[in-house]
Amino acid sequence: MALIDLANPTRFLRLTDRLLPWLVGATVVTMVAGLYLSLYASPEDYQQGATVRIMYIHVPFAWLAMFAYTVMALASLGTLVWKHPLSDVSAKAAAPIGAAFTFLCLVTGSLWGKPMWGTWWVWDARLTSVLVLFIMYLGIIALWRTIEDPIRAGKAVAVLTLVGYLNVPIIKFSVDWWNTLHQPASIMRMDGPSMPPSMLVPLLVMALAFTFLFMTLHFMTMRSEILRRRIRTMRQREASGAAGVATATTGARPGPAHSDTKPAEAHS
Amino acid sequence: MSTLGSLFVREMRLAIRVGGGAWMGVLFFLCVIVVVPFGIGPDLNLLSRIGPAILWIGALLASLLGLDRLFQADRDDGSLDLLLMGDTPLELVVLTKCLAHWAASGLPLVISAPVFSLFLNMDPLATAALTATLVAGTPALTLIGGIGAALTVSLRRGGLLLAILVLPLTIPVLIFGVSAANAALDYSLPFATPFAILCALTLISAVVGPFAAAAALRFSSD
Repeated sequence: MALIDLANPTRFLRLTDRLLPWLVGATVVTMVAGLYLSLYASPEDYQQGATVRIMYIHVPFAWLAMFAYTVMALASLGTLVWKHPLSDVSAKAAAPIGAAFTFLCLVTGSLWGKPMWGTWWVWDARLTSVLVLFIMYLGIIALWRTIEDPIRAGKAVAVLTLVGYLNVPIIKFSVDWWNTLHQPASIMRMDGPSMPPSMLVPLLVMALAFTFLFMTLHFMTMRSEILRRRIRTMRQREASGAAGVATATTGARPGPAHSDTKPAEAHS
Repeated sequence: MSTLGSLFVREMRLAIRVGGGAWMGVLFFLCVIVVVPFGIGPDLNLLSRIGPAILWIGALLASLLGLDRLFQADRDDGSLDLLLMGDTPLELVVLTKCLAHWAASGLPLVISAPVFSLFLNMDPLATAALTATLVAGTPALTLIGGIGAALTVSLRRGGLLLAILVLPLTIPVLIFGVSAANAALDYSLPFATPFAILCALTLISAVVGPFAAAAALRFSSD
């Protein structure tokens, strides 16, 4: 019942306080190991040369782009079904990180495509669906920013995230269809199991490293979001106190009590 | 008359009497069709080849136009609260409103599409295929758009955000609509398969759309 216990933000903050150093350590260790394995220890591709090393960051980015969206979808279920107080914090924190990983996936793919395919961009099925995923991330972030009240924004975004999650496979399927209709066969085929172990091991280590990185960043962002909400509540309380009987509350919260402070819309 | 029937009649009456929303959509559709040849040149062969795609994109953009008022007008005058509190399930109310919105603004687009296809030098068979795909596909656009309209109902200027949220979700409809319509141009392409998938997409969005939009409306009011 750990998930229910974490409904208390203070308990969550205490837990992540203890957890974060370990996560940071795990990230650093796996990242160093992964970088060494992929940059020095792994063989060069007989066709692509050293360019193949882009794969060791590109594939983890692609995997995390999907992983972050899955985290958001699960958190949205938590918001709508169980009304877990921290799940909308988790969804909000995951959105920019996921968007950043999706963007990096597109950029590294483009940098890889230039020497391999001779062009920065191909309307390949995979590239196109990742681009659509990126636009969906940006739409979700935009909705988070436009609705001011965090609770209400959380619920609206949860609906959008779940509808988007239902749509991701449909979009993937339709883009595949569209792609085979327009161009014959995909240029790049990279099937995981057919890869030699000397390349597969560094890739898996890098994927692990970036997963740890995601978890670290996610917990850190969640912590700052919780603290940001506390500051927001404190400010509102202070403002409503100042707007009410200015003299009665001066002792409770010291600070500049301006007479022109607006009444807070705390209970909207 | 049942509640949903009277709601449908009310929506239609409002759409016809207030501000000519349907005509604005058709006019915008016409503007998009007219603008395209200025961009890509007056080559009739090229236009007839990409005609279905242009008409589909035009219909997609035009169907986004009136969406931001779908629930906002009701919220402004307070009738949305009555709909929320009423006995009728909100999902059915949303479905009825979306159908009425489609009949008032989507159907005029479908009817005007064959006329506009003359500008793009499309032959009768291609026009027929295009109209069939628009009839099957535009309800999906309205139903998916209804989710966006419900999410942005409380925002002052949600129109642009609505377009950003809805457009990625409508990509499958566009793909299968255009590829079914293209079958009339190139006989090696199948018509039935993409058309059936297009119908399936409309049916899926008729299930998902009302539930998601109703949930979003409930959350926006508390």
